[in-house]
Amino acid sequence: MIPELGHFSLILALGLSVALAVLPALGVYRRDALLMQTGPSIATGLFVLLAFSFGCLMYSFIQDDFSVAYVANNSNSALPLQYKISAVWGAHEGSFLLWTLIASGWTLAVAAFSRGLTFDMKARVLSVLGLLCAGFASFLLFTSNPFDRNLPFHPADGGDLNPLLQDFGLIVHPPMLYMGYVGFAVPFALAIATLTTGRLDAAWARWSRPWTNAAWAFLTVGITLGSWWAYYELGWGGWWFWDAVENASFMPWLMGIALIHSLAASEKRGVFKSWTVLLAISTFSLSLLGAFLVRSGVLTSVHAFAVDPTRGIFILMFLVLVIGGSLTLYAWKASGIKSEAQFEWNSREAMLLINNLLLVVATASVLLGTLYPLLYEVITDGKKISVGPPYFNRVFVPIVCLLFIAMAVSPFSRWRRTSGDVLLRQHWPFLLATPVIICLVTYVVATGIDVIAIGVETLAVWILVLLARHWWQAGSISSASQLGMMLAHAGIAVAILGVIVTITYSEGRDVRMNPGESIALAGYDITFEGVQKVRGPNYLADQAEFNVTRDGEFVAKLRPEKRVYSVGQNVMTEADMDPGLMRDVYVALGEKVGDTAWAVRVHVKPFVRWIWLGGLLVALGGFVTLLDKRYRRVRGLVSNNVVGTAA
Amino acid sequence: MVRILWVILLAVSFNCFAAIDAYPFPDEQLQQRYDGLIAELRCPQCLNTNLAGSDAMIAQDLRREVHRMLLDGHTDDEILAFMYERYGDFILYRPRLGAGTLVLWLGPLLLLMFAGFVWFRLARAKPEVLEINTEEQARLDDLLRDSDP
Amino acid sequence: MTFNKSLLIPLGVFGLLVVFLALGFRLQDPHLLPSVLIDKPFPEFELQDLRQPDQLRTLADLSGEVSLVNVWATWCPNCLIEHPELLRISRETDLPLYGVNYNDDNGKALGWLARHENPYEFSIVDDKGTLAIDLGVYGAPETFVLDASGVIRFRHVGPVTPEVWRETLLPVVEQLQGMSDG
Repeated sequence: MIPELGHFSLILALGLSVALAVLPALGVYRRDALLMQTGPSIATGLFVLLAFSFGCLMYSFIQDDFSVAYVANNSNSALPLQYKISAVWGAHEGSFLLWTLIASGWTLAVAAFSRGLTFDMKARVLSVLGLLCAGFASFLLFTSNPFDRNLPFHPADGGDLNPLLQDFGLIVHPPMLYMGYVGFAVPFALAIATLTTGRLDAAWARWSRPWTNAAWAFLTVGITLGSWWAYYELGWGGWWFWDAVENASFMPWLMGIALIHSLAASEKRGVFKSWTVLLAISTFSLSLLGAFLVRSGVLTSVHAFAVDPTRGIFILMFLVLVIGGSLTLYAWKASGIKSEAQFEWNSREAMLLINNLLLVVATASVLLGTLYPLLYEVITDGKKISVGPPYFNRVFVPIVCLLFIAMAVSPFSRWRRTSGDVLLRQHWPFLLATPVIICLVTYVVATGIDVIAIGVETLAVWILVLLARHWWQAGSISSASQLGMMLAHAGIAVAILGVIVTITYSEGRDVRMNPGESIALAGYDITFEGVQKVRGPNYLADQAEFNVTRDGEFVAKLRPEKRVYSVGQNVMTEADMDPGLMRDVYVALGEKVGDTAWAVRVHVKPFVRWIWLGGLLVALGGFVTLLDKRYRRVRGLVSNNVVGTAA
Repeated sequence: MVRILWVILLAVSFNCFAAIDAYPFPDEQLQQRYDGLIAELRCPQCLNTNLAGSDAMIAQDLRREVHRMLLDGHTDDEILAFMYERYGDFILYRPRLGAGTLVLWLGPLLLLMFAGFVWFRLARAKPEVLEINTEEQARLDDLLRDSDP
Repeated sequence: MTFNKSLLIPLGVFGLLVVFLALGFRLQDPHLLPSVLIDKPFPEFELQDLRQPDQLRTLADLSGEVSLVNVWATWCPNCLIEHPELLRISRETDLPLYGVNYNDDNGKALGWLARHENPYEFSIVDDKGTLAIDLGVYGAPETFVLDASGVIRFRHVGPVTPEVWRETLLPVVEQLQGMSDG
């Protein structure tokens, strides 16, 4: 009964989303205030229905209702409760229901928190969001219904959740990602709404900024968590593979950075207005494209969802309608918009332009590399080619270096012109001392001097110290926006510092060890004590014990496992690590070799945690900007009740 | 029938994770070359993993071959060519530079150059310089400083 | 209001992208790899014969007429699935069928053939998988069609079912046989 209720609720939600798409828009067209104001109530109903539907699916999982095909495919009675719950979004149908629910959540938030918007704009924005929700709900109902039953012959027990997903990472990573992906629909809807009015003023940029920052912050958390999860779960010590699905999240993130900066420029200086609209459309388009890549089966990836061309075709048609439609609208309506202000080459506008251009080039390069195998196969009628980390690193890293340099220099540029000489005059001793100190430290602590590493580390330290100095100068942080910006920039510097140190100075070995043997790595002694069998809730494992010491002093006991899950007999490697701010000591267990020896992988990875701490700091910065007082209710502000003139 | 095949294919490809062999090398340089090569070669059977990260049978065999060829004194290029002759472009994560991949390799560079061109056009366009005296300039500077960011 | 044509560029780029993505649906399954050895000679080898361990087999033993080379193993479930069809092909046609026993144990392989019957003229012992690597094999079973001069003309990955034989392999074989006759 419950699954049917959930299904029915979903159908009603589709109906409401169509109403949301149509009624407020009709109100705008007819200048009917009453119709225009139906948006918020419809949005509330839509959210409630989808939440109920989602709740029904979750209930089916918790109750082990294996007559529902999706539950049978992704769960098992022996699955621990928290994974039964997170299994709801462990595969395509359920995760897309979550996506749709989140879309309605953002829609409701826009309806509730947009006091600065005129009724007219609000109606247009909610209409666009309603259209998107209708598309998502249709996709679910027509191609990916999570409530399909497999009666009358349903299995006695489920096929189990993929062991890789039986992890904390699954509980948080996808929801955060979807909050980000779908959140970009809000600046998208604002951009579309603005285009339809034919007026492009600074107000659009001001309204969009908090929503964009919030969505981007969520996406940052999602990507950071994904990288961290891959690191400790997959057992080879890596944290980014330029896999198609990773790139699908990375591209909207990069474009989102450009959008955030461009919106700032548009709001303050009136520059790049038409370009910012295009960015808003592109960022959300990349979110949709990412969904397409992951769910259509067109690209191979370790964690793409199962192949189904019907779904792929549906999503593609949706892309054509949404992206094609919005780009057509852009071409048509953006013609008359010109930016007024002009700026000099060393001004803040010019820096923002560099930021945007470099980010677009970076995003385009990642897109090219991700899609190239597909393009190649289509053009050559079947020949396969691979584009992997060597390509992406070679292409992306130089662009990031340029961006990093720009980020280091930019705080010293002013709007319109720069007072950059101040930078050099005031700080030159510090600027010169930094690389020298880093060289000395590296020489003492590490194995060799790497010029590029020194360079990047120097930049990172410059950025961090100068930001810290600015913070400590009392009274010079004027707003939450500025604080958020500084935190985000600091986070980027921290993350890049982590990346460069860990890439340059990590040490690792694959060795054959017998119990009692020990190896030395990066100053640590790692001794293999032995292996014993342990039993988990739904698996049986070989658990090894390793003693890690440094100069004779105890550091940690590590217990990596090799698990065999009872359902499906999947074999999983669970690495164990001693996490630390300055380094991780990481051990993974391989196969048994011979009678007593085991293959073992040992890594010492300095500064690797800085990558994710930096990521979280960036996200914090994004969220902090939302606290800015100008987004809070300002008393005495006129004109919430103006029925604006439609285009 | 087809369903069974997919189940089996997928079941087999579940080996495509964390593989650890212990191949001894006489010196550090060969070890590093080995690590680099198995990171750059793709497992033919897996969905998207390199030889380093895969437990699949073919990945184990290919790692053994890379190890053997390194000990035999082959260069990295020779080893990559060996793999290419048997498995094609698919097995190379670094695409070879050729007619088919010109767009791939040159594209980002051309885009970057184009971006630089755009920047120069936009940022260096001479703006109108209004004439103001030094007092007004000082006031203007003060105002701009206060209005940041 | 003059219409700025450069604003159509994003739409154009997107349109191009959609075309490619749509064409992407017609591509074959991403799990299947096309062979790069088509129209190349079968690799040289010198390996033991499975049933006659003293005898070494080489490329010369495979040449002379259009033939099938099947890569199989006892650990491979799909090999068992395709086995009846291979038996039928070896009985009902005069197409020679050669086996490559891949990464296997001789004892187990001989037992397997005894239990399930042997469709092969002979099987080659590839216990290190080196011939398989030279053939670009990435999983068993795989079946190669060779022409009379020992050149690989076709590869099928996966079990040879009656449909696969009828619709995929037989046409290739007949075409090659037609060419070598005429």
